Amino acid sequence: METLMAYLSALGLNDGDPWTFLSIVLMACITVITRSFFFISDAPWTLPSWAQRGMQYAPIAALAAVVLPEIVMTQGVFIHSLADARIYGALAGAAYFFWRRGSGQAVLGTIVAGMSVYIPLHLGLHW
Amino acid sequence: MSFSRIQRQNPAYRQGFIEMLTVAPGIAAWGLMTGVAMATSGMRTPDVLAMALLVFAGSSQLAAIPLIGAGAPLWVILATAFCVNLRFVVFSAHLRSYLMHLPRTQRLVVGYFVADLTYFLFTKRYPAPADTEAERADQMAYLAGNATINWLTWTGCSVLGVVLANYIPPAWGLGFAGVLALTGILCSLATSRMRVFSAGIGAVVAIMAYALPLKLNILLAIVLAVLLCMLLESTMAPATVKE
Repeated sequence: METLMAYLSALGLNDGDPWTFLSIVLMACITVITRSFFFISDAPWTLPSWAQRGMQYAPIAALAAVVLPEIVMTQGVFIHSLADARIYGALAGAAYFFWRRGSGQAVLGTIVAGMSVYIPLHLGLHW
Repeated sequence: MSFSRIQRQNPAYRQGFIEMLTVAPGIAAWGLMTGVAMATSGMRTPDVLAMALLVFAGSSQLAAIPLIGAGAPLWVILATAFCVNLRFVVFSAHLRSYLMHLPRTQRLVVGYFVADLTYFLFTKRYPAPADTEAERADQMAYLAGNATINWLTWTGCSVLGVVLANYIPPAWGLGFAGVLALTGILCSLATSRMRVFSAGIGAVVAIMAYALPLKLNILLAIVLAVLLCMLLESTMAPATVKE
């Protein structure tokens, strides 16, 4: 560890706090470890077929779990008021997507439609 | 993932690239706001740039910034990054059968690049692992094209956010474009009643368990949604057979 620190100093990468730089490098390692977790080992095993089938439900659950709190919660609390630009922005985006039935550049359209409702409400009415 | 010429000539590379490109404005806005958050956190500029270029995991970056600022011990920062990233551990179980044909070093490189959006788009495009060599080549080319544009957009815009931090007040709400990009992908994945059910469970659990630390509400939401969907599938299956 001491040697690594000395090396980093020599490179001029950590004239301030060497621990901060080290923690950033190790955070990148955590990115690799977590994203590769179940395929790091070469050991021959396969996910049981029921589990592999169940995995088809993971992506949409993860997305909903990440997205919905961003739309209906503020500072960790469920919103109390309907005067919130995020609700109408997200609804407009989803409406565009389903209107186009997901064809063409529907996700791009979702972003554009959503922002064009969100921005006026947010900046104009401070919702 | 070797970004070899052969891979770039595969039509699937272009397809992966284009599919991610249409989501790119969302990634860009989100990267920009993460850059602003890093730059205004009081971390030194070289550290901020190192973080923007190396870590490639927005939520763990945002979770680590206040800890680094407060001088938290190294292990606390790393344990936090690990926990916030736990959803990727679930994704890696899903991706295992797609990737085990690669040597380990390449698998780790792929792992680094498969962030949320790449995982969502890849598993949507390829619902099952490949059976033939040609399909495998297509899948890996798609992954390479998709991840390339994701990394370039995210990292480029993070750095831009760091540079322009003083000119982009968070009050503009640009980060909402990232939420909308995810909303669009969410809609595109809602292709069956069971998947809509999965999304509903995921959303309700994540909101109700929001108070859990380290984004563990997300992990709980994924695990419960998958388990409930499988339970429902197994109870519904006999009924379907009867029809």
